[in-house]
Amino acid sequence: MTSNTLPMPRLLVPLGIFVVLVILLGVGLTLNPREVPSPLIGKRAPAFSLPQLRAPEKSFSPSDMAGKVWVLNVWASWCPPCLEEHPHITALAEKKIAPVVGLNYKDEPQDAVRWLTRHGDPYLLSATDLKGQIGIDYGVYGVPETYVIDQRGIIRYKKIGPVTPDTLQKKILPLIEELRRG
Amino acid sequence: MARALVMLLALCLAFGVQAKEAAPAAEDPVLEARVSALSAELRCLVCQNQSIAESNAALAVDLRNQVREQLRAGRSEAQIVDYMVERYGDFVLFRPRFKASTLALWLGPMLLLAVGLVLLYRRLARRRSADEGELSEAEHARAARLLGAGGDKEPR
Repeated sequence: MTSNTLPMPRLLVPLGIFVVLVILLGVGLTLNPREVPSPLIGKRAPAFSLPQLRAPEKSFSPSDMAGKVWVLNVWASWCPPCLEEHPHITALAEKKIAPVVGLNYKDEPQDAVRWLTRHGDPYLLSATDLKGQIGIDYGVYGVPETYVIDQRGIIRYKKIGPVTPDTLQKKILPLIEELRRG
Repeated sequence: MARALVMLLALCLAFGVQAKEAAPAAEDPVLEARVSALSAELRCLVCQNQSIAESNAALAVDLRNQVREQLRAGRSEAQIVDYMVERYGDFVLFRPRFKASTLALWLGPMLLLAVGLVLLYRRLARRRSADEGELSEAEHARAARLLGAGGDKEPR
């Protein structure tokens, strides 16, 4: 008996293709299309010099953080998900393993200060990006966004959208520990 | 009469205001055309199925202004596309570039088509050779017997 006379293997081919397609599409559904891989990972954090939110006469530049592992968190008072992640950013700052710098994105400084007063200020300082120009340099397209930057000023991780306890425990904290060990 | 004059004046003023509002777009039509053409090639990352030319999301407006300023400053379209890709990745381009990581994207469909054509050709070739096959003596005899048997009996 040849395989041609057996209907089974021939039927199995389309069935196999179908199953593979369903698996591919199924995996596609679980991915978040908003999480676009950033081309900035592994690159130097773009330089800038911006006034500090609470002390506008002083400026902040990423080079001020050279030699430290630090976190840059893009936030705004008009952004509800920023409030959602605020407790987790606070938890991260309280661990005191890496300073958290805020980038206050396209916000009114008075509103921003009021927001920090009401909800607590976990940031070492916040820099004011009034026009969002620095946001463009960092490829920001949805606030909040969070960057982990190493001692040499290289961006090692980027989180688009609010930081969750899960990303904090599984990604951000282990990465900071690893980078701190050198 | 006086009322008519006032109306006319008001009308003129209204047109005057309109003309003023329309001014920025007409300021440099060539530049605006370049801005629109380039913006239509760039994906708005906030509303992913729109280009930054179509979208009114704040970021799209910022990026459009960015395109306009850079064109005005004399940078080329290719330089501005590079600027966007450096920050937002290949994803900002509606027509992704041809490179190692996009090979499957560009060549995949053509590869599938080629495989399909080869399979189709092989199948047709096999069918043709089966059709052309001569019947053996035994098959001729069996065909005649079947036909003969069908002809002898009345259909039920």
